[in-house]
Amino acid sequence: SSPLQDIRNTVGNIPMEWYQDFPHIGYNLDGKKIYKPIRSKDELDMFLEKMENPDYWRTVQDKMTGADIKLTDEQVDLVRRLQRGQFGDVHFNPYEPAVDFFSHEVMIHPVTNRPADKRSFIPSLIEKEKVSKLVHAIKMGWIKPRKPRDDTPTYYDLWAHEDPNSILGRHKMHVPAPKMKLPGHEESYNPPPEYLLSEEEKLAWEQQDPAERKLSFVPQRFGCLRAVPAYPRFIHERFERCLDLYLCPRQRKMRVNVDPEDLIPKLPKPRDLQPFPTTLALIYRGHSSLVRCLSISPSGQWLVSGSDDGTVRFWEVCTARCMKTLPVGGVVKSIAWNPNPTICLVAICVEQSVLLVNPCLGDKLLYTATDQLLESYVAPEEERLQPVQWLVPSAEEQSRGIRLVIQHSKAVKQVTWHGKGDYLASVVSDNSNLQVLIHQSSKRWSQNPFRRSRGLVQAVLFHPTRPYFFVATQRCVRVYNLLKQELTKKLMTNCKWVSSMAIHPGGDNIICGSYDSKLAWFDLDLSTRPYQLLRHHKRALRSVAFHRHYPLFASASDDGTVIVCHGMVYNDLLQNPLLVPVKVLKGHAITLDLGVLDVLFHPTQPWVFSSGADGTVRLYT
Amino acid sequence: RRLCILKGIYPHEPKHKKKVNKGSTAPRTFYLLKDIKFLLHEPIVNKFREYKVFVRKLRKAYGKSEWGTVERLKDNKPTYRLDHIVKERYPTFTDALRDLDDALSMCFLFSTFPRTGKCHVQTIQLCRRLAVEFLNYVIASRSLRKVFLSIKGIYYQAEVLGQPITWVTPYAFAHDHPTDVDYRVMATFTEFYTTLLGFVNFRLYQSLNLVYPPKIDGQADVELKPAEGKEYAMDSESYLEKLSALSASLARVVAPTHEDEVEMDEFPVEGETAEQMDARKKEQEALEKHKKLFEGLRFFLNREVPREPLAFVIRCFGGQVSWDKSLCIGATYDASDRSITHHIIDRPRVERQVVGRYYLQPQWVFDSVNAKMCLPVADYFPGVLLPPHLSPFVTEQEGDYIPPEKLKLLAMQRGENPDEESEEEEEEEEGEEEEDDNDKEEEEEEEEDESEKEEEIKLKKMEEQKTQSNKAPPVKVTPGKLRLEDKQRLEQEQQSEEKRLAIMMMKKREKYLYKKIMFGKKRKVREANKLAAKRKAHDSAVREEKKKSKKARRA
Repeated sequence: SSPLQDIRNTVGNIPMEWYQDFPHIGYNLDGKKIYKPIRSKDELDMFLEKMENPDYWRTVQDKMTGADIKLTDEQVDLVRRLQRGQFGDVHFNPYEPAVDFFSHEVMIHPVTNRPADKRSFIPSLIEKEKVSKLVHAIKMGWIKPRKPRDDTPTYYDLWAHEDPNSILGRHKMHVPAPKMKLPGHEESYNPPPEYLLSEEEKLAWEQQDPAERKLSFVPQRFGCLRAVPAYPRFIHERFERCLDLYLCPRQRKMRVNVDPEDLIPKLPKPRDLQPFPTTLALIYRGHSSLVRCLSISPSGQWLVSGSDDGTVRFWEVCTARCMKTLPVGGVVKSIAWNPNPTICLVAICVEQSVLLVNPCLGDKLLYTATDQLLESYVAPEEERLQPVQWLVPSAEEQSRGIRLVIQHSKAVKQVTWHGKGDYLASVVSDNSNLQVLIHQSSKRWSQNPFRRSRGLVQAVLFHPTRPYFFVATQRCVRVYNLLKQELTKKLMTNCKWVSSMAIHPGGDNIICGSYDSKLAWFDLDLSTRPYQLLRHHKRALRSVAFHRHYPLFASASDDGTVIVCHGMVYNDLLQNPLLVPVKVLKGHAITLDLGVLDVLFHPTQPWVFSSGADGTVRLYT
Repeated sequence: RRLCILKGIYPHEPKHKKKVNKGSTAPRTFYLLKDIKFLLHEPIVNKFREYKVFVRKLRKAYGKSEWGTVERLKDNKPTYRLDHIVKERYPTFTDALRDLDDALSMCFLFSTFPRTGKCHVQTIQLCRRLAVEFLNYVIASRSLRKVFLSIKGIYYQAEVLGQPITWVTPYAFAHDHPTDVDYRVMATFTEFYTTLLGFVNFRLYQSLNLVYPPKIDGQADVELKPAEGKEYAMDSESYLEKLSALSASLARVVAPTHEDEVEMDEFPVEGETAEQMDARKKEQEALEKHKKLFEGLRFFLNREVPREPLAFVIRCFGGQVSWDKSLCIGATYDASDRSITHHIIDRPRVERQVVGRYYLQPQWVFDSVNAKMCLPVADYFPGVLLPPHLSPFVTEQEGDYIPPEKLKLLAMQRGENPDEESEEEEEEEEGEEEEDDNDKEEEEEEEEDESEKEEEIKLKKMEEQKTQSNKAPPVKVTPGKLRLEDKQRLEQEQQSEEKRLAIMMMKKREKYLYKKIMFGKKRKVREANKLAAKRKAHDSAVREEKKKSKKARRA
């Protein structure tokens, strides 16, 4: 565009974006539209122009007319000056020498020529009035000179009149802050040499958390007093003390100041509670694997043990001699000698069957009588439906002593005799209602006492005198009356998993061992909760046993010990039983994490048998 | 918060934390509602509000640069006093004394602060004044009992009206002020403590018939004046300094009468059994003796020795003390004074020794005070390896570890003197050594051991007690005795088994408690054993060293 053509836009000072969408960009003086110059330049054209046109850099677009304007040299200079922050005018000098108007030199002419005011000659009346007022006030003593402040506090006898009534209730409640701990030898600047930390101790001290450290400083030794430096944490310590004083909750704490000896309960001396087994008397060796179960003949002469090596061994108690070995071809889970002294019969659990074995030991009359008793069985006329099969073994097995086989459908866990010696109960590892079966050996007849299962049965037991039947499940022991066919009691053991159970010969007390290493003593007359929970063992309890005459009971555990306790039950109902541990019997080696697996008392003597995972049976007398 | 500090309100631990905290167990601090209500009734709350208003006005005036207003406001700065709070918190004087520990420690700390920054100069000066006043009281009443040089500072214990008061002062060095400490909290505490200490001081001075803003005794004042009157202007500051020199006795309102004190002693004895009376009398005598430990001795402190603590301690026990005149005002006599008996010095060697006085290291003073007797000076000559400095605050109980030095000390206090003999022997031996060295080697070693034997025997005794049960039977030779031992052991075994069985029968909670107690006991024994073993190793190492060096000398 050039000034000659004079295309002046008349739109005024408006944002030109408003004309963006129109073909024109405004109106000239005549009111004609000014059309936008045709801009068909694309990127390539722009580039070419940039390369070719030497004045490209000084070409700008006029927004009002849309035309390209080439800046003149003066204009370019102006732009540059402005960019540099200089004045637009080339000739303007910003650093002109300053000429002081008012200077120290006295000029001959006054700056202003105004005549002086009248009030500068006459004293001020208002001021006079003020001054006279002040003077009057001072004269009258109304205004006094300011006294210098005295900041030093004055002290007097604060406690001159101490009266006890002023002690408020607050002060009785008040817990005085504990005093700072007094320093010990180790804090001395010159401590005895043993209090200095060695290198390792120093390292350990540095690695400890500052809150955990026993000493808050490292003991140091200085040769003389002059060498002792200032303690860098002194202010910290005082500050922490301050914080403690006003931020720490205070509480009166009853310090337990008891003599530990007083805590130990006074128990009767074990010596006064004799007899009880104290020493290892005999070891019965022969089994090659763990001995799971033990049983003893009612006369106390013979001992039978069942083992994982698939054999049952009969021992003479007094001589530790193995009288007989009966291979049964399977792991023996449980074994029970008939408690009736007139019958010589042993029930053995092997896998799915219960074998009734006549050991043919002892009095010949007795064991032949037993055989006769078993043979006198006459099969009933009508075949009854039974949960198990009663089989008569082959002649070869007969000669080894096996008289009867009770074939179950599942593996048998435990077998136990009734006190009379006719009935026996077996526990099958099963989940159905067929877990517990009661068999009658003379009639070769079995029945299932329960209609439905109530959890995994761990052990069963007959009451020695009355028609009660005890069933121990994992958590509780149920007591059934066999005559009335009903549940009489449910004992809660407070244990996680009951492992074994034994009943006092009196029939009123039960002990339960559990895998969580507790032994619960129940008094049936007292409550369904344990009278006492004994935690003597460190590992799981495997077996518990009562003595038939002496007030003794024993518990065997996986920690390889047998603990014999004195458990006196009084006839007087008002007196609670007295439980005193009297002896810890050790001897069994722990193999495969198993210690003692079964424990058993001699029927007449205060002797205890234990069978262990190390393949031995031990007798303690 | 400031109110809580001043009024001594502290949080409480609720009985049912969960119930109070709306079911959560997050750690929070709980105050009693009663306490907070109690705070609201406090008249000082209004004063605090006034002060807040004052600060606001002042800031405004500063902002507008109205300097006249600033001046006026500053002149009318509201003040508050804490007297009633002190009285309220400590209704009786003994209560106040009981809580004086922290107050003193704080005041001593603040009095060592530099006069710039951190806190007001007035506070520091006040603290210094109160601390010095208290020290003067302790001197006048001679109630200092124990001193302990620790690496943290110097601990003092005084017995004021039957209450033990312990405080700690830092060593006289500049503090490097930590940044993670809230000085405002400390300042608030100090504000309260200074008030408390001021009133306590007043009361204490009154109880001794001393003039309260303490004045140096007239006679001493006259003596002092010619020496320093010219050098120092006698304004209040130098007066305080003079007071802090602790060298002069204080003026009394009533001249002290000796009969008075004697009478006091006799009164409480009446109406008691003879035995108690005897014990009490003995104690009293011991105390009296302890108080006059340094009576008649004249000390001179060399300039590198920390003057204030030593002067304080010595004066507390009746000694006279002086120091170099250029060190501090208040020096009463010169280093060349003939009558000086003890010269405290902390340098490895002395240049010019004056005959007729002991040159000693400062630890001697502190150890003597703790031992309640003047210890033999031989161990404390300058340049000598000092014996360990033991804490007087430790009272050993049964089964604790007792360092052998303490045993020695206890023996000395009882009147036995095992150490001196051996020392004499050593000295003799040394004298003989000079005469003929050849045939002495074996004997010498033996004799040298003798001094240590005492310790060893004691150590052994301790060990024996511990290892009695472990004593093996093979020591016994005759079969008869062996059986006897067996029987004993059997019995012991039986007893221990019985105990074990009984422990089995304990209830769960009791068993837990029992186990905890036993664990604590065992740990204690273990620690004591460890210390004993360490000591033994150290001793043997030292002996080895000595032997070696001796042999080297021989060779």
